[in-house]
Amino acid sequence: MSDATTKAQGGVLGWIDARFPLTKMWNEHIGEYYAPRNFNIWYYFGSLALFVLVNQLLTGIWLTMNYNPSAAGAFDSIEYIMRDVEYGWLIRYMHSTGASAFFVVVYLHMFRALLYGSYQKPRELIWVFGMIIYLLLMAEAFMGYLLPWGQMSYWGAQVIISLFGAIPGIGEELALWIRGDYNISGVTLNRFFALHVVALPLALVGLVVFHILALHEVGSNNPDGVDIKKNKDQSGKPKDGIPFHPYYTVKDTFGLGVFLIFFSAVVFFAPEMGGLFLEAPNFEPANPLQTPEHIAPVWYFTAFYSILRAIPDKFGGVLAMGLAIFLLFLLPWIDRGRVRSIRYRGLGHKINLALFAVAFVCLSYLGLRAPSEVYFGLTVTTWAQIWTVVYFGFFAFLFTYTAFGFERTKPVPERVTD
Amino acid sequence: MRKLALILFLGLFSGGAWSAGGSADLMDAQVDVSNEASLQRGANLFANNCMGCHSAKYVRWNALPEALGIPMTMVEESLVYGSYTPGDTINAAMRPEDAADWFGAPPPDLSLTARSRGADWVYTYLNSFYQDPDASIGWNNTLLANSSMPHVLWRLQGVPEARYEESHGELQVAGIRVPEGQQGIMTEDEYHQATRDITNFMAFMAEPVRAKRQEMGVWVIGFLVIFTVLAWFMKREYWRDIH
Repeated sequence: MSDATTKAQGGVLGWIDARFPLTKMWNEHIGEYYAPRNFNIWYYFGSLALFVLVNQLLTGIWLTMNYNPSAAGAFDSIEYIMRDVEYGWLIRYMHSTGASAFFVVVYLHMFRALLYGSYQKPRELIWVFGMIIYLLLMAEAFMGYLLPWGQMSYWGAQVIISLFGAIPGIGEELALWIRGDYNISGVTLNRFFALHVVALPLALVGLVVFHILALHEVGSNNPDGVDIKKNKDQSGKPKDGIPFHPYYTVKDTFGLGVFLIFFSAVVFFAPEMGGLFLEAPNFEPANPLQTPEHIAPVWYFTAFYSILRAIPDKFGGVLAMGLAIFLLFLLPWIDRGRVRSIRYRGLGHKINLALFAVAFVCLSYLGLRAPSEVYFGLTVTTWAQIWTVVYFGFFAFLFTYTAFGFERTKPVPERVTD
Repeated sequence: MRKLALILFLGLFSGGAWSAGGSADLMDAQVDVSNEASLQRGANLFANNCMGCHSAKYVRWNALPEALGIPMTMVEESLVYGSYTPGDTINAAMRPEDAADWFGAPPPDLSLTARSRGADWVYTYLNSFYQDPDASIGWNNTLLANSSMPHVLWRLQGVPEARYEESHGELQVAGIRVPEGQQGIMTEDEYHQATRDITNFMAFMAEPVRAKRQEMGVWVIGFLVIFTVLAWFMKREYWRDIH
């Protein structure tokens, strides 16, 4: 008690600090959190993901005020928001564009971790928390997409839930349990609404807190992959570290401005993004009796959808798709190397990682196309099979050359280089 | 690295073109929802030719004056038939039961057609009717075969006939043409313009805020550019002592 009172300054802040660790928390996570001074463009996407999360929460709350979660009223209420609610269209476009923007920044954020080995020891838990966030985000996006109750909402959900039906034995029962009905119906809509607006956002926010706490416990990685805590000055501060505030708060403000220019360009000039962010069939109300010509998931799922379609057997496809995500969870243990940054890793790893990125982009593209389409003499299905092999090959090669010492790495510098 | 990030970023944001889907042989509607004169003509044509059978149940009459640049009294005088209040939505004159009797299915609501099918589809559809003695209603459409909609605009365009071409040993409908002596009151160009105006009005109905959001977007992005430039100067000032 005496300690707290002597440390406290006067005024309101002092009064609060004596009762709540406000200044302490600020210093620990912002004011005196030392981040490496050499963050490059890849390091913007973490704070941007946080910003998009807040955007989704706020616009989501306002959408909920006028949305009607029933099979009879959902579609009409979206049009009501678009036409009759003051600035409802803006809130809705910010939310629908935000959903895609979330995946854009999260994919770039994850690729950053691959580039600089940010998942390696001692940051395994940061990576695992991040992967759980990614998984929850997929569930959140999938359930949110049912809510407008358009044709693609309905049939997309029908297709994806039917995947659970492919699991031998319990499959059909499981799919029935998820839907709450024999088909997608108002019952499904109600539970997806509850999960989308309450359960999953709560879990997401909690995990984001864990993700950041774990990061601040071990400290941030950087483009050189060197540990800045090894070189400290007399006062115990890392020589290559700078306080997060003001340096990275002002830098991230600039990054946010650039991001918002792109974001607004979509919101105001291309909210449908040519059918990528809002699919045309979704402007028709859900009709359980009429299947759309071509059912494709939204772009951020199509890489995994391609892997699913590449395997001729349905259950095999579901397993491959699950494995594609599960292997990412294991990445910190698959990569046995001790050099983090791509800058000092072997040529083989550079090629392997580049191919992995290309495979992900190609699979995403292929998942949007009809399986029978032909590119350079090969069908979409054949191309998807080729890139699926490359996708899984990344993990196999990575384990092989790191576990058996085939990788020829370069010496890692003592201090950050730029 | 910086370049790679930029390429990835732009790549993800500019993916529109390759997934737009739709058929390559659609005509270009050249939609411009900020063209008030075109919207006015389109609204007039829509009220006189479409609203008998089709509703636009999400569109309120009182949304029209601002977008069309005309006073509400003019909307009442020239577009509305029968009794109404300004907050009403656009309803079809025909009763749905009759529609089912006459056409087999009720004509679809047109509020969102320009979004679900696309404006180019609507424009092409309106330019694809032809006389077909084999069809139960006497008309057919090259874009949507056996569509149960008659060529409502025939007085304007005339009575088009199918143009056949041989492919794989069979005669197939390859397009339409209006034969000499069967022309309507409009020339071909005038009819294109009229259907373009209807399409434009339907694009407005599908998303009434479209013109406004584009106008607002210019200001928002203008503000953000200034903000970002200032943020960059601020960052540079703070970072002076680091590098």
